[in-house]
Amino acid sequence: MHDFDWSSIPGALPFLWEGMKVSLEITAIAVVFGILWGTALAMMRLSPVKPLAMFAAGYVNLFRAIPLVMVLLWFFLIVPQVLRGAFNLDPNTDVRLTSAMIGFALFESAYYSEIIRAGIQSVPKGQVSAASALGMSYAQAMRLVVLPQAFRNMVPLLLTQAIVLFQDTSLVYVSALADFFGAAYKVGDRDGRLVELLLFAGAVYFAICFAASQLVRRYQKKLNAHVAH
Amino acid sequence: MISIDNVSKHYGSFQVLTDCTTQVKKGEVIVVCGPSGSGKSTLIKCVNGLEPFQAGTITVNGVSVGDPKTNLSKLRSHVGMVFQHFELFPHMSITDNLTIAQEKVLGRNKDEARDKGLKLLDRVGLKAHAAKFPGQLSGGQQQRVAIARALAMDPICMLFDEPTSALDPEMINEVLDVMVELAQEGMTMMCVTHEMGFARKVANRVIFMDKGQIVEDDSKDAFFGAPRSERARQFLAKILQH
Repeated sequence: MHDFDWSSIPGALPFLWEGMKVSLEITAIAVVFGILWGTALAMMRLSPVKPLAMFAAGYVNLFRAIPLVMVLLWFFLIVPQVLRGAFNLDPNTDVRLTSAMIGFALFESAYYSEIIRAGIQSVPKGQVSAASALGMSYAQAMRLVVLPQAFRNMVPLLLTQAIVLFQDTSLVYVSALADFFGAAYKVGDRDGRLVELLLFAGAVYFAICFAASQLVRRYQKKLNAHVAH
Repeated sequence: MISIDNVSKHYGSFQVLTDCTTQVKKGEVIVVCGPSGSGKSTLIKCVNGLEPFQAGTITVNGVSVGDPKTNLSKLRSHVGMVFQHFELFPHMSITDNLTIAQEKVLGRNKDEARDKGLKLLDRVGLKAHAAKFPGQLSGGQQQRVAIARALAMDPICMLFDEPTSALDPEMINEVLDVMVELAQEGMTMMCVTHEMGFARKVANRVIFMDKGQIVEDDSKDAFFGAPRSERARQFLAKILQH
């Protein structure tokens, strides 16, 4: 039986909190960028302009067919060099966080675009007809009529995807970036208390994700009640 | 006002409209009827360009609908349309439904749009519901709002695409009453409907369509008195039986 010793955790909390901030930062950037770029991809994919639709379909299929950890690794290897070349940075500048954010954002936008595409398609076609019949342009019909309804239907799915994304940020450990998981690992490794630290990290991830998904469920119930009548 | 000349439309090899020709003069009320799948809804949607067509021409107030150079959005902003399933915007209040296109398409200011919208809402008897959302209204009420929304754009003519066929029977009359009133005020109207009582009351002409063709285009007295074609006779016998 393992002899648990939790004493190294209290002293490590500030360091772990720094790690949590990195995790949250990556999540936030990837969600915001993923939704923006994902919306653009979804609209391209639904557009009658064939090359745009094909580009978006290719992008989505490519990213959805590759394991996230490989994407992160590639970005870890490639993006730093590109950034250093482009901005003439000191070779010692740490761009791991930036490349992780870019990797996540590009990867997640493929998933977001599928959610958003389904959301746009869930809005009845008659709504576009009605908007057009009132003289709205296609862009106005999208912006004023279709997207607001699509996003309202999609919010639970988008949030759920954000929760998954938050868990996935732990994969940045491949680039030795000290996110929450990485920080916990480092402390555990240093103090020879890996089991305790990883259990603790797991409990924290669970608490945050479980609480967040409960909130999403409550929101969804409220939404359904609103739509039902 | 509306002139439809030899309009044909097909989806792939399926012919939806064949050589349809008719005119609607200013102030006229035309009822378009026919069995389902006869192309009547498609025809009315061609009038404001919601459905493209491959052959023939449609002009509305002198503007050619099929011409690629035509600014369709601008044309549609003066042509009111009412749909079978109302198509109010469910994420907006009734007031916003009535004002959004006035503001965003016609560029009216907020107060002006609001006054106009509420005046029309009052006219269809729903002033008390201004702050509600479409989902809180009955089908008949929603359709009356949809009519008010179209009227708020000061349309030169109104197109109705089966405005009562998605309604429960007890709500049909409240919508028809609004339409009759509109007709009596001299609005130019093209209505796809099976409400023959409405047709008898206000229509100038009745168009009967079958299999994508205009089979009859006659004054209402001639149509109801002695339909010329066998198909129209059968159709009338069926829908007037009950």
